[in-house]
Parts: sequence; C-alpha cells; structure tokens
Amino acid sequence: MKAGIVVFPGINRERDIAIALERASGRKPRMIWHRETDLQSLDLIVIPGGFSYGDYLRCGAMAAQSPVMESIRAHAARGGHVLGVCNGFQILAEAQLLPGALLRNASLRFLSMDCHLRVERTDTDFTAHYQRGQVIRAPLAHGDGNYFADDATLDRLEGEGLVAFRYVEPDGAATAKANRNGSARNIAGILSPNRRIMGLMPHPEDLVDPLMGGTDGAPLFEGISAALGSDRPAA
Amino acid sequence: MTNKPVNQALAAEFGLNAEEYARVLDIMGRAPTLTELGIFSVMWSEHCSYKSSRVWLRTLPTRAPWVIHGPGENAGVVAIGEGLAAIFKMESHNHPSFIEPYQGAATGVGGILRDVFTMGARPVANLNALRFGDPKNPVTRRIVDGVVRGIGGYGNCVGVPTVGGEINFHPAYDGNPLVNAMTVGIAPADRIFLSAAAGIGNPVVYVGSKTGRDGIHGATMASAEFGADAESKRPTVQVGDPFVEKLLIEACLELMATDAIVAIQDMGAAGLTSSSVEMAGKGGVGIELDLDQVPQRETGMSAYEMMLSESQERMLIVLRPGAEGTARAIFEKWELDFAVIGHLTDTGRIVVRHQGSVEAEIPLAPLADQAPLYHRPTAPSPAPGPLGAIPAARLGEDLVKLIGCPDLASRAWVWDQYDSTVGGQTVKRPGAADAAIVKVDGHRLALALTTDCTPRYVAADPEAGAAQAVAEAWRNITATGARPLAITDNMNFGNPEKPLVMGQFAAAVAGIARACTALDFPVVSGNVSLYNETAGSPILPTPAIGGLGVLEDAARAVGLAAAPGQDLVLVGADPSHLGQSLWLREGAGQEAGAPPPVDLAAERRHGDFVRARIASGEVRACHDVSDGGLLVAVAEMLMAGNTGAVLAGPTDGGFWFGEDQARYVVAVADGAALVAAATGAGVPTRLVGRTGGEGLTLPDGATISLATLRSAHERFFPALMET
Amino acid sequence: MKAVVTVMLKAGVLDPQGKAIGQALAHLGFAGVGEVRAGKVIELELAETDPVAAKNAAESMARKLLANTVIESFRVDLS
Repeated sequence: MKAGIVVFPGINRERDIAIALERASGRKPRMIWHRETDLQSLDLIVIPGGFSYGDYLRCGAMAAQSPVMESIRAHAARGGHVLGVCNGFQILAEAQLLPGALLRNASLRFLSMDCHLRVERTDTDFTAHYQRGQVIRAPLAHGDGNYFADDATLDRLEGEGLVAFRYVEPDGAATAKANRNGSARNIAGILSPNRRIMGLMPHPEDLVDPLMGGTDGAPLFEGISAALGSDRPAA
Repeated sequence: MTNKPVNQALAAEFGLNAEEYARVLDIMGRAPTLTELGIFSVMWSEHCSYKSSRVWLRTLPTRAPWVIHGPGENAGVVAIGEGLAAIFKMESHNHPSFIEPYQGAATGVGGILRDVFTMGARPVANLNALRFGDPKNPVTRRIVDGVVRGIGGYGNCVGVPTVGGEINFHPAYDGNPLVNAMTVGIAPADRIFLSAAAGIGNPVVYVGSKTGRDGIHGATMASAEFGADAESKRPTVQVGDPFVEKLLIEACLELMATDAIVAIQDMGAAGLTSSSVEMAGKGGVGIELDLDQVPQRETGMSAYEMMLSESQERMLIVLRPGAEGTARAIFEKWELDFAVIGHLTDTGRIVVRHQGSVEAEIPLAPLADQAPLYHRPTAPSPAPGPLGAIPAARLGEDLVKLIGCPDLASRAWVWDQYDSTVGGQTVKRPGAADAAIVKVDGHRLALALTTDCTPRYVAADPEAGAAQAVAEAWRNITATGARPLAITDNMNFGNPEKPLVMGQFAAAVAGIARACTALDFPVVSGNVSLYNETAGSPILPTPAIGGLGVLEDAARAVGLAAAPGQDLVLVGADPSHLGQSLWLREGAGQEAGAPPPVDLAAERRHGDFVRARIASGEVRACHDVSDGGLLVAVAEMLMAGNTGAVLAGPTDGGFWFGEDQARYVVAVADGAALVAAATGAGVPTRLVGRTGGEGLTLPDGATISLATLRSAHERFFPALMET
Repeated sequence: MKAVVTVMLKAGVLDPQGKAIGQALAHLGFAGVGEVRAGKVIELELAETDPVAAKNAAESMARKLLANTVIESFRVDLS
C-alpha cells in the first residue's frame, strides 16, 4: 500500500497517522504538502486531524478550497481510497466528498476523552478487520464534531448502509449520553457510496499501541493496509 | 502620550522610581527620548530585570552532570540519554489572566511554547499549575471558564498535548488567579540554539506575526499590583493566534535543521525591546534596528509603540551572512512574515531608527550592568497559630467530604477539554499516574512530568513549604518509576516591597535550595511573578515547581490504578501530622498548625526504595500520599482502578488524614514480601489493606460503595461550572 | 465599496451557541427574549465600484467559501 498524508497548515495529527500506518503496513507514508498536486501513485490518501487554517471561518472550510483537494477529488473519482479523521472529516464534508457538516459540539466545549464506537458494517476496506457490532474505544479530541445532515440525507445514509461508526455505551447501546457531541443519530463516521471514502471524528490512530492504553484502533489501519496490499515482510 | 515631556513624572508613570530615573540620566548623559524611556522602563521592570529576586535566585543549586543549560537561557536543558535533551520551563501569566482570562491563559501557553522551541526543541507536552479564588465567589467561575478555555484553545490548536498540572482554590486568589504554564520539548543534545548574538554585520531577522499595538507595557503591568482600575487595563492584553504559533514552530524547526541560525529568541514580554537588547547584550555586540522594515498590522505606529508592542507569535533571529534566502523561503512557505530589520554592530549600543531619525541609542552594557538590584528588607513569617481541638474522626463521612472538596475533587471536567493524546506518545494521561508519562517518539525513553505546590504549607512556613513542593515533585516522578532529573520554578508572590512578602520569598528560595541539593534535583529554569496582590492583600506564597524525570523504558511506568487482589502497603512512617491538613480545614475549618516537616534523607531513602521496586516489576500501582493523607490516597487508587478494598489499622484521624511527607501507597501481589524487603532497606512500611470487591471497607467496619465515592469525587466541577 | 456578508445557520439546524446566549440572557433577568440565533458578519473591502457587480462578487464568495450552504444561509449588504 502506498499511502500519503496531506498536510495543510495547522494540521497536527499527521505524525500520529503516520505511526499507525507504518505499524500496520511496515511502510512509511508520504507526507503531502498542501500545494502538491501529483497524487497519482498513491493508493490511500489520509487527511489527518488538527486545526487547518486555525479552524477559522469554519473547520475545514479553507482547506477544502485548496489546490490539493482537486487532486484528491480526482483520486476519489478514480476509485481511490480516502480517509479523513477529525479535521480531515470536516474537510471532506466541506469539500462535499462526504455529505453533511460538522457543527459545534452541543456542549459548546472541546471534548477530549475516550468514547466507545460501534462498528456498523465490516464489508469495507476500512473496517474489514473488525467484527460487525463490535464496540471499540477511541479518543475524541474536537470542538466541532456534531454531525448534521438533513433528514433525507440521514435516511439515505442509513438506507444505503453508509454509517460506519456510531457513538455508543460500552455495552453497544446508542444512547444520548454516549453521544457527547450531539451528532445526528449518534453518527461518528460515514462512508461514500462506493465505501472508499471514510470520514470519522474520533482518533483510532491514537490507540494502536498497548503502551498508549490500547490497540482498538489498530484493526482499521491493518484492514486498509491488507486490502491495499501490505508491504510488511512475512514474520 | 507622545506629547508628554520626558521627565521624572513620566518615568514614574512608566514604573521607574526617582533613583532609577536618575541612573537613566546618568547613563544617557541627557534626557532620554520617549522610546528610550520605554526601553529602560521595561528592561528595568521587575518582570524583565528580576531586581528584587536576583540576589536570592543566585543561591539556588543549578548544576548536575546531566544539566546542559541552567537558568539564564530561554529554558533549562537536561540530557535524558540516547543523545537527546529535554528542554523545559514554567512561566506565569497571572495578571493578564485576571484581566482577560481566555486570552491571558492562551497567550501564557503561547509564550512558554516559544521559550522552548526557540532552543531547538519540538514541544511534546504542556502542563499548567492554576490557582483560583473561592469557588463561592461568583467571579471565580468566570475566571475558571476563561482560563480553561484559553489553555485548551491554544494548546489543542498547536497540537501539543496538555498532559498534567494542578488546581487549587483559595480566597487569597480571589482578585489574582495564578496561571503558570509549563512546556517540555525534546531536541538532539548537540543541536541546542542559544540567544547570544554574534558576528558583526550579521543580519537581524524578524519572523512570525505582524506587529500591532497590543499589549504595550505588558511587562510593566505584570510588575504592578492590581488596583480597583484593573478593568480599565483591558486593552493592553494581547491576543494569541495559535494557528500562527503552529506555523512558527514548524518553520523554526525547519530552519533549525539548516545551519542558518546564529542566535534566536522569541519576542516575549517587552517584545522587540527585550529580545534585541538581551540577544545583543549576551553576545557583547551592538545592534541596529530599522523599524521601517518591521511588518506592521496597523498604520501610523510610532517607534515607541513598535519597540514596546507585545504582539504575539514573533521571533528575532540572527542569521549567518548569506543565509537570508534560505530562511526567507522557509518562512514564506509557511506563510509567515519575514523581514531583515537590522544588523549587528561593534558599537555595543542599540540604535533604533524610524522614518529617517534615530529614536533610541542606548549603550547596552550599562543598561544591563546598572540595572537596579535590590536587597529588599525581609521579615520572618509569624509562626502559624496552634492547632485547636482535634475532632473525632468519622472515617467514611470525612473521606466522602474530603474527596469532594474543591482541592481534591476530580479534575476530569477540566482535562476533558484539553487534548492530551495528540502526538500519539501519551502513556499516562492526566489523572492516570502521579506524573504524566510522555514517550519520546522513536525511542523507548519516556518523560515523567509534574507540577506541585501546596500554598497553605508555604504560607504557614515558607521554608518548609517550598522544600515540600520540591519533595512532592520528586516523589510524584518517583511514584511512576522514573528518575527525577531537574525542576523549573515559578515563584508567585505578593509585593516584594513588603518585608513580610520578601521574607516569604527568601525563605522559599532557601527551602527549594535545601530540597534540590538533598535530592540532586537542580533548578534549570524559572520565572518570578511578584506584586500578586489586589487592594493590598497578597496571594498565598506559591512557588510552583515543575518537575521532570526520565524512564529508560516507557513500558515500565506505573500508574495509580490498583487492581483487585493486591495488597496495599504504606511506604513511609505511620502518619500523625495534622497541622495544615485538608482534613482539619474542610472538617473543622482550621487552617492552623505547622505544615508537615520535610525530612529529605527519609524522602530520598523511601523514594529510592519505591523506584527500585517499580523497576523490578513488583509494584503494580503507586500513589504518593499528599493532600488529604493516606485514606484519600487509597481512595484515589481504588477509584482509578475500579476496585474496592478492605483496610486495616487504627481508626484515628491523624493516621488516615495526616499529611506526613515521604510516603507512598503501593499495590503489590505480595505485601509481606515487600514489607520484608523494606525492613532490610531501613524503610518503614505497613500493610494497610487488600483490594477487591465493590466497596471500601474501613477499619471502623463501615463500608462505602465505589459509586458513592465516585459521585462525591466527580460532583464539584460540573456543579460549579455547568449549572 | 464595502460588502457585509451575514452568515446564519439555516432554520432547522440546531444552534447551541444561540441557545446558550438565550439562557444566559434569561439568567441575567432579560425577559421576553424568544429564540436567539448566533451567526457571523464578514466585512469585505472591495475594489469594485459598481453595486450590482460588487454584490454578485460577494455572493459568489459567500457561496464558494464564506458560507457552507449545507448548513448556512447568507445575505449580502452593500454600504
């Protein structure tokens, strides 16, 4: 798998993603400065978390208009894989590569704690290494993660099975309490219709090492890496 | 202001007294210009010159084989092994945080980050030591809200995890909260950047944000007491832009990977003035600045305004000749301002030109050498009042009350707003261990980080209280298994012109020196914040200590969460000391008695024993005994590990709530084995209980459920802030 | 010519900030405040001097960047 990580000014979780991808695939991903436009050789493009352009105007709004987005659009149109985490999800939504928008957290406060996520489907390259209905833990770190879309869009996402992750209690129940940022229908992550673009708010990349308190995020990176061809030498 | 004549009256407005102004006249041989007066007033302010504190700070121990740079640089530097150095410092932003809590705290974080990355380090962790007023005071809630949002707003955006710190509440901070921010960075030990300018003719470069009129005279504001007019000082508070800071970090680190830099310093308090004066002064060279070249955000700024502006996110760099092109390309890539604004000279003077005229020309040596230095009179603190009657302990009830009190309640509401995981290296997040553990990317090494001070101890006995703060920092690092290396001290005191306050300061320095020497735990950086008073009433003396330790293997770090089926062993003497205890304050309203004595030999012996037992893998969880005493320490370990326990021992308050020092509670599989080993090492221990079950069973037979403990523990912050 | 772009969340999009402001006003004793909505105002200094062209330009900027029309509506005023 050849993976690239897009770095906009203000992005700050690019190293976290790089560590997770390298652990899973055995290969260092390429860092892509936001002025680059040649992404032809890549299998996976990751837009990491952070505060692109300081989150000014709206989270992700300015990054969504930058030159590299046209190349990402083309990559997606070719059927390429794109993962947007946190600010990356916000950017994909602003660029309308995924539907909906991320509003301010209902509490109006930044949320930094572990949440529990239920894996809604596993027939995608991002989630294939999880079990359907499995509850995993992942850190949250955002001020604007409140997923919004109109009812018709939400119904379509549900109907087409494009919800990837939902905020749940540790026992898997999708309650209001588990939905800390106030997202519509507890949605934490969604997929494009071809299931090759995924956006999610929590940070699986920060739980890939037992030293950091768990490995619940690792299967995501192992799954995509296996699907796109692992370069890891056989152990 | 520009129309006022420059004379003693104006100098007084700028904070220079008659004697200091006479010295200015003597150095200059004429009346200074307004810009020159501005430069003298900020360089000779308490904030920049340390004129009241320097004589005492000199007495601190600052050396050890692992210290690379002690005080005097932008931050302290210690070797942590594998060719790496940790660079760290703690700094106050107290006065701005009272006037505008969000921006005050945010720019405090920004400033301390710059002090660290200016030396070549990538910042890897932030901590903050906060003191707020009485929670019952309606102003407190607004300040807590703004400060927490400000720390989060800045730290989260720059992508440096906020991993630890501490919070106290006390009415003495009602009109004067303390916001002490600490940053820790990592750099190759042989690639440290310093601030001493060198190379006559070398270009002086300005990078970062543009200069505006914000924060003019912030340094002198930080050196004056608040009067009732604090509200009207609002416009001088500077506004932070963490997005630009993030770009500045990346751009500076990129430039530092080349050989373009001779010297670099951030523009902190007193902005362009202090950075240019200090860089040239340290290098023994002159400097000439052309203010027409300074990137400006506003029109019509005067030389005075530009030299005194405290606009944030700016750095001053001396480049090697010919390196301008390389440097400019990097800063332009990051969309930051870059301008050559001057050069170094052999005149030994700072010359400031603006619009064709010389606005300031000051000899640098006397500006530094003749800076005021005061041996202010000191007076000893009165002995604290004797303890009143000791009430009978009701262990369960008292515990529930204590763990819910403002100083001990769960801080989760606060740290849930700080990104503690960005970077992917956070091994122990806030509250998981006595010190935060942050791994060094690409290495097995990890840092152990803590901030500590118990201001009520310092108020009661400044020497013992300050020694205790150092000892507690050492102990918190030890309790994770790490080896303590060095500290940064942030000395927050009242008006130094009052002998009692100066006496507190002097005694606190002596206490820090005693503890640092005994524990081989030198001071490598620090900051002094004086005049923390409102309407003549000083804060509790607060020498906040930021401690740093190292673990050779991050996987060896232990936290405080006990698991079911473990023995709980008290390491250290049986407790009994109730003077200044939280139990007496919360239960009986007594803030009385002497603080617990600090026996540094015992501290070291007990700590070394615990660290060795953690290294051997025997200790599974460890927590130091501090505020609230033994029973609180045990309860915190149980809540963290979600297990109950059955405790044994006496039933008196002194035993369970005494705050004697040099103590830990450890959770081990075999308590008897640990006790035997301790006896051999001359360390007192006592088996106090065994974990398991759903509740905490006390020696008086009562049982409290974990749910009861947790709900008492978690109530305070949401109740204060969300209702 | 100055264009003032006012961006508001669309009706039907939850506005927690507006709600919080409303609650705070009620706590302060201001009675009779119904729904509160919070938005942003963006001032643009435009070189264009023709009002129609200026308005068109500002609207185009709003559609492209200043507002996210999935959740926000906008209005352009010239002054």
